[in-house]
Amino acid sequence: MSLILVFLDNDRGALSPSGPEALTPALELAETLGARLETVTVGEPGHAGLQQLGLAGHVVSHPILTDYAPEAYGEALAQLADHTGASVLMTLGDDRGAEVMAHVAAVLNEPLVANVTEITDASGGIEGAWEMIRVRWGGSLLERARLRSARKLLTIAPHTFEPPESALGNPTAASTFAPDLADHLARTRVVERVRLAEGLTLATAPVVVSGGRGVGSAENFAILEELADLIGGVVGCSRVATNNGWRPHSDQVGQTGTRIAPDLYIACGISGAVQHWVGCMASKQILAINTDPEAPLVTKADYAVIGDLHEVLAALISEIRSRK
Amino acid sequence: MNILVCVKRVPAPGARIVLTDDRQDIDTRHLGFTTSPHEECAVEAAVQLRERHGGTATVLTLGPPEAVEQLRYSVSVGADQVVLVPADTTELDPQATAAALVDAITELESGAPFDLILFGNESADSGGYQVGIRVARALGRPVISGLKGIEIDGDEMVGRRETDEGFEVYRLPLPAVAAAKEGITLPRYPTLPGRLKSRRAQITEVAVEFSSGGQEMVHLLKPTEEVTETVILGHGAEAAPQVVRLLEEVGLL
Amino acid sequence: MNFPTSAHVIVIGAGIAGNSVVGHLAELGWKNIVQIDKGPLPNPGGSTGHASNFCFPVDHSKEMTLLTLDSTRQYDEMGVMVVSGGIEVARTSERMEELRRRMTSATAWGVESHLISPDEVLELVPFINRDVIVGGFYSPGVTVVDSLRAGTIMRERAQARDALTVLPNTEILGMEVRNGAIHAVMTDKGRIETDYLVIACGVWSPRIARMAGATIPLTPAVHQMIDVGPIPVLQQTRSEIGYPIVRDMDTYMYERQTAGSMEVGSYAHRPIFHHPDEIPSLGESLLSPTELPFTDEDFDLQMEHALELMPEILSQAEIRYAINGLLSLTPDAMPLLGETVEVKNLWSAAAVWIKEGPGVGKMIAEWMTQGYPEIDPHSSDIARFYRFARAEHHILARCSEHFNKTYGIVHPREQWESNRRVRTVPAYPRQVELGAVFYEVGGWERPQWYEVNAPLVEHYGVKGRDHEWDARWWSPIINAEHLAMREKVGMVDLTAFAIFDITGPGVVDYIQKMAVNQCDVAVGRAVYTPLLTDTGGFRADLTILRLGEHHYRVISGGGDGARDRYWFRKHLPTDGSVTFVDNTSAVSTIGLWGPNARRVIESLTRDDVSNEGFPYGSVREVNLQGIDALMFRISYVGELGWEISVPMEQGLRLWDMLWEAGQDWGVVPVGIGVYGTTGRLEKGYRLMGAELESDYNPVEAGLARPKVKKADFIGKGPYLEARKEDPATILCTLTVEDHTSASGMERYMGGNEPILTADGERIVDSHGRPSYVTTAGNGPSVGKYLLLAYLPPAHAVVGRELAVMYMNELYPVKVAIAGSTPLFDPQNARMKC
Repeated sequence: MSLILVFLDNDRGALSPSGPEALTPALELAETLGARLETVTVGEPGHAGLQQLGLAGHVVSHPILTDYAPEAYGEALAQLADHTGASVLMTLGDDRGAEVMAHVAAVLNEPLVANVTEITDASGGIEGAWEMIRVRWGGSLLERARLRSARKLLTIAPHTFEPPESALGNPTAASTFAPDLADHLARTRVVERVRLAEGLTLATAPVVVSGGRGVGSAENFAILEELADLIGGVVGCSRVATNNGWRPHSDQVGQTGTRIAPDLYIACGISGAVQHWVGCMASKQILAINTDPEAPLVTKADYAVIGDLHEVLAALISEIRSRK
Repeated sequence: MNILVCVKRVPAPGARIVLTDDRQDIDTRHLGFTTSPHEECAVEAAVQLRERHGGTATVLTLGPPEAVEQLRYSVSVGADQVVLVPADTTELDPQATAAALVDAITELESGAPFDLILFGNESADSGGYQVGIRVARALGRPVISGLKGIEIDGDEMVGRRETDEGFEVYRLPLPAVAAAKEGITLPRYPTLPGRLKSRRAQITEVAVEFSSGGQEMVHLLKPTEEVTETVILGHGAEAAPQVVRLLEEVGLL
Repeated sequence: MNFPTSAHVIVIGAGIAGNSVVGHLAELGWKNIVQIDKGPLPNPGGSTGHASNFCFPVDHSKEMTLLTLDSTRQYDEMGVMVVSGGIEVARTSERMEELRRRMTSATAWGVESHLISPDEVLELVPFINRDVIVGGFYSPGVTVVDSLRAGTIMRERAQARDALTVLPNTEILGMEVRNGAIHAVMTDKGRIETDYLVIACGVWSPRIARMAGATIPLTPAVHQMIDVGPIPVLQQTRSEIGYPIVRDMDTYMYERQTAGSMEVGSYAHRPIFHHPDEIPSLGESLLSPTELPFTDEDFDLQMEHALELMPEILSQAEIRYAINGLLSLTPDAMPLLGETVEVKNLWSAAAVWIKEGPGVGKMIAEWMTQGYPEIDPHSSDIARFYRFARAEHHILARCSEHFNKTYGIVHPREQWESNRRVRTVPAYPRQVELGAVFYEVGGWERPQWYEVNAPLVEHYGVKGRDHEWDARWWSPIINAEHLAMREKVGMVDLTAFAIFDITGPGVVDYIQKMAVNQCDVAVGRAVYTPLLTDTGGFRADLTILRLGEHHYRVISGGGDGARDRYWFRKHLPTDGSVTFVDNTSAVSTIGLWGPNARRVIESLTRDDVSNEGFPYGSVREVNLQGIDALMFRISYVGELGWEISVPMEQGLRLWDMLWEAGQDWGVVPVGIGVYGTTGRLEKGYRLMGAELESDYNPVEAGLARPKVKKADFIGKGPYLEARKEDPATILCTLTVEDHTSASGMERYMGGNEPILTADGERIVDSHGRPSYVTTAGNGPSVGKYLLLAYLPPAHAVVGRELAVMYMNELYPVKVAIAGSTPLFDPQNARMKC
């Protein structure tokens, strides 16, 4: 029986919460192709996370693997793939998943299809050529790709699948795999972690008040700050604002900035070029404030206020204040 | 400190990407081209490191002859040398791209390796997230991706990578490879003299053979757009009470 | 808001042109105006959105200067204007001479300007490199405006009058034309019926016009600009614009402060054209549809030039923004205004730049309301183009040629090089053999003079011109041809005449309505007459031949033929009682004039061509050696003779016949230099577009007849009013008394120079119209250099000593004639004998 291996990342013992998103398409594949599905993570034996999901699992353990080390991870997973004879190795295409998978692909010298959203044709069987849809331009464009290799390496585009409900079947004890790793592979391991002041970040804030070209200057962001403070959010910005030096890059929402999924995204004076849209499209609700009712972001938003953002925000702030 | 940055020429689209009729490419008739944003920052990082530590910053691109435009831009913002690896296709798969780059870099280095090779974390258009790593592996050098900070400390490269809580630090022995993310630097704009200098820049060409990888593009397609019925909450300042109601619904007030 | 289903007038476009038209229509009382733009407001993404927004008031063209001054006044009134001042710097002595010419134009049109030294330039703009400049032309009145804000204000004013519905984000999909008139537009949101439509769509105008079957001959073209900053010295001004705008004329560039940075723009790069159908949509563009990706290889040289001029501030700053901005270019670099010739009530307000936008809006609104605007739109009228000139081939050829002349030194007589020989006369090969130097009018190649006549220069002792500029596009042969014609006889090819045959039972009433003078004359008689605008100014000046009871032939100049054709057709009765046929391409005309003209004709015919048998002002068919020629006894040069017309295919035969018969009588080929300038000037004949403009009336021009005909005609009311009053100005002939310049060279003015009092004060009439040279040229037979100019009555006195400014120097002139009496042969004995 063919094997599909899903790599589930953990950070010092804590399973990545979004990692299981990759399981959903994997389960589907396993069923279609009549293949076995097993999971793998890296770390200490007796790892708790895998059992929660109720799948047969592997824990890759080695003295080097005390912390995230992409080169060693890649080497170890490649060895596991060879060892188990897995036909498919996949994981979620987040920062680490993409990185580790690239290493695996390099070690095995196999192609790697990044950010798959759908496997459209696996009718050639598990070792035949597949067709799948993958993400380009951060999600504003898709590609139908053909993968010809017998051994398939994929990453799954984040935010594409809901993770399966827990307890997928009978819990099975994880088996430990001890790879053979050269000492020098420790050279790319995390050597230090620096915690920055606690507080809301773009990634975690429930509401993001974001500004673009329409804000006009660094000083003009003050009113966005004021609103964000009032409603418990943080300020974000578009690439134009960063490139003009109005805001630091850490505030940038977009394809090459931070991708966010707050409860509410308030986009002020942002027209909504591809670059920006893909960073905010996962937001639960979007409110656009813009003078242009046909600005792409306005037409894509759930709510919009048509008007000058400075005027609208000033009125909004005084309205909120009057209610408090 | 000799640094190489590998960049890709990509179109600069607006809010709507238009495909060519055969769906093999995006319609670039009205578009300008740029360096993929992560790589633009990588070039700036290289120039800054060169300014601090001496040496050279070389920028290499694999692409069509027009990609010289991006190379010249690199010179205008401080690159010392530029290299074109001519390719008549923009649809080389990541495996083949990496293999071609390895050949080109090997020829360029001819025994004297670059201390540091920088890539962008992923290209803006095809987003394969792997070329830098494949190249590093093939060259037998350490590599780390997603860097938002980079420094040289003796014979080590110190890289910072953002996490939810703060950042992680990596120390890689040189020669090393790294993939940068936008934000690692704020790229400068060219000056007039910089731009003029770039027009006179010598373009080194390194020709390589191309293999084909195991992944191929069948065609491009546009994602089905969710049709959002935008609720207009109002015009100008008058909309404030409606917005407050929305904030209440979302649970922010 | 409900989508409107009908409108009185639809204005398409919400850039500076459309907004200005909307504002002025509302101000003139129009209601139910609907304004549509495909893009959003306030910046729909057209050229206005990326415009540099500065206005240099001085132009050699009076029309353009008046439009700019009016626009500036409007911007000021709206409070969207900052006066920055501006300097045109010269790097060469040729440019300094051009700046002196600009001083002359500035004086003519009454715009304050100063020629300044390099040191004075540096006092105003300290960061200019003194080493590369030789001087400057400073206009303190140069302004920077907020054209988007101005547009919003004008829309809001129209809305406040309850006259305007604005539909942004609405795309025009098609148009309906009924009975030759605009009827409705289809948009992506619905159909709107309308009485009038104005296309003010900038670079998209040709595409929109085509939907109705009309042409708006322009091409979208690239103008490159970059924004360079930050620049500390500019930041310190803490203002949007703290330094005068600099035009680096010799490199075709400008440098204009925008807050802390410098915008550097260029007209020096290769002409780059786009097709109106190929402009990307807003969604497809990174910046906007008219801000296209910068092609930096086209800008290399310009960067070097900018660095040369302002090295101190430009070498450190960064290029923050760089675009290939689209703007509209037309074949002759003037706007495209007025009703389209193809579709009734379909108007064009296209190829309008920021500096003239509000003035154009006012012009179009007046034109639509009163039948004609206050400022004469002679050079902007979209009807000026013949069919061939509306074609893409011509547009691209001419725009390629003049793009780099945007800041160039263009001689007023300079001829186009591109797309020539579009229309040639039957005798063209003969004229080539005779060494004709061809000038173009309306696409026709017309000999200006003939090199074969060069020996006559010595024969008559004609003087040349000392200064290269004065001698450029000119030849002393013209004067020699003039004298030969007056002595013997000359042949002038006039095939470029526009010929309209107008027939039908209603033709007498129709012609009477069009023309000022009595046209209900006997068959075989001709009438020289002005046509007036509804407001009583000159609209045309031509001759009308009565060829039959119900047949008139209108003969007009080649330059104005297209406009006149439009005017006649526009006023045709709709009941079919009058038929209009443009026979320009069917008729070849040669003028034969001089004391020996009758002898030449007599040798070719047995018909009676004596003064009694064929009196002055009459028209006859005469058989010339078997060819039926229509001969019209008239003269624009003041000599005995005829305009002889034959079918086009017999034109060459006519030429050869006259040429051979003329040999015994000393015939010379005579160019338009004589016909249009020297011969005409000596006779004080007026020319449409020079002396005759819509802001002057027949009384002022000395063309009022003793009696006014009974029949009604266009402009009659204002004309009767004008006759009751003393004229505010009188067209005079002046002589230049001394040509010697400060440098000792003799200088010869070319037209458009101001007439000043002897001590250099401007002369302005009670209506605010300045006195300036409408035509200048030699009077070889009177031995003087002649100028025509309107002068207020106080100065319009024979013998009055005044001055003319030329290249910023004064030359003494004297009034020789006040009114229309010819200086040469005042009794007209020579042509009536």
